[in-house]
Amino acid sequence: MLKGLIGKKIGMTQIFDEQGVAYPVTLIEAGPCYVTQVRMPEKEGYSAVQLGFGEVNPKRLTGGQLGHLKANEIPPMRFLREFRAKDHDLKVGDKITVADAFAAGERVDVIGVSKGKGFAGAVKRYHFHGMNATHGTSDRNRAPGSRSSGTTPGRVYKGSRGAGHMGTDRVTTQNLKVVLVDAERNLIAINGAVPGSKGSLVMIKEARKQ
Amino acid sequence: MTDLLKAVEAKPNEKIPQLRSGDTVSVHVKIKEGDRERIQEFKGTVIRLRKSGNEASFTVRRMASNGVGVERTFLLRSPRLDKVVVERHGQVRRAQLYFMRGRTGKSARLKQKFN
Repeated sequence: MLKGLIGKKIGMTQIFDEQGVAYPVTLIEAGPCYVTQVRMPEKEGYSAVQLGFGEVNPKRLTGGQLGHLKANEIPPMRFLREFRAKDHDLKVGDKITVADAFAAGERVDVIGVSKGKGFAGAVKRYHFHGMNATHGTSDRNRAPGSRSSGTTPGRVYKGSRGAGHMGTDRVTTQNLKVVLVDAERNLIAINGAVPGSKGSLVMIKEARKQ
Repeated sequence: MTDLLKAVEAKPNEKIPQLRSGDTVSVHVKIKEGDRERIQEFKGTVIRLRKSGNEASFTVRRMASNGVGVERTFLLRSPRLDKVVVERHGQVRRAQLYFMRGRTGKSARLKQKFN
């Protein structure tokens, strides 16, 4: 079975185990997902499984999208995402639920799109230290300092860190522990924080570095 | 979405009555020592109550020996709480009784409220 699912972030709370230890968890409404395509090395050059998530009114999809899903009576799906997977016996149209994919105690990676921070300064964006609060510093408390050297090279090196747009990036949080799986409600509770705002789409995979 | 958040909430402990700021309570906490479990009692005044759901908590303040104040915050839904006994209600006019921290002796008393 494929260890991967698409889900919707619900929010954070805390839950207790039998010993009374409180875990901070992120709740994700994960699956049910349908296999919408199986990519094969012979045809596409690599192995992967494409999953669909989130039923949607068929009017919301284009003809091409509907045609892609029509085979094997898959309901119209809003989101399609690909998961790399070599050893599996999945066919187009297979349904994957949370209980199939994950169990409590396992480790997972969660991929999401981080919250947008807008145009952010170097202190917030790259954790620059800023300058002194006192000792004569005036209006430059959060300035980045020098960008480069002097006459040589006479320019700022490409890739230098500075102010700019921050957030809305694809972010992976690795090696989070699954605390609870609720098959009835398609819920999964993952220890710790997960990228993105509430209601945003996340991908859950088996952890790469266990 | 809030319904799903509520779905994983722990059941409220039936042995914990409705608490209010100013209540004098005795909190019975299960404590694990090796493989033995015993119950420890913490007696004091509730000085604040916080939030709802699984994150709900309350803080109890008591005077230990030598006039040292001790505060402990308990998670209301924690399975470690065995029970809470309300011994008396205090007459208070605020939700957070932080002013109690500056008081000792006679001034640290609260008028009893009967109902």
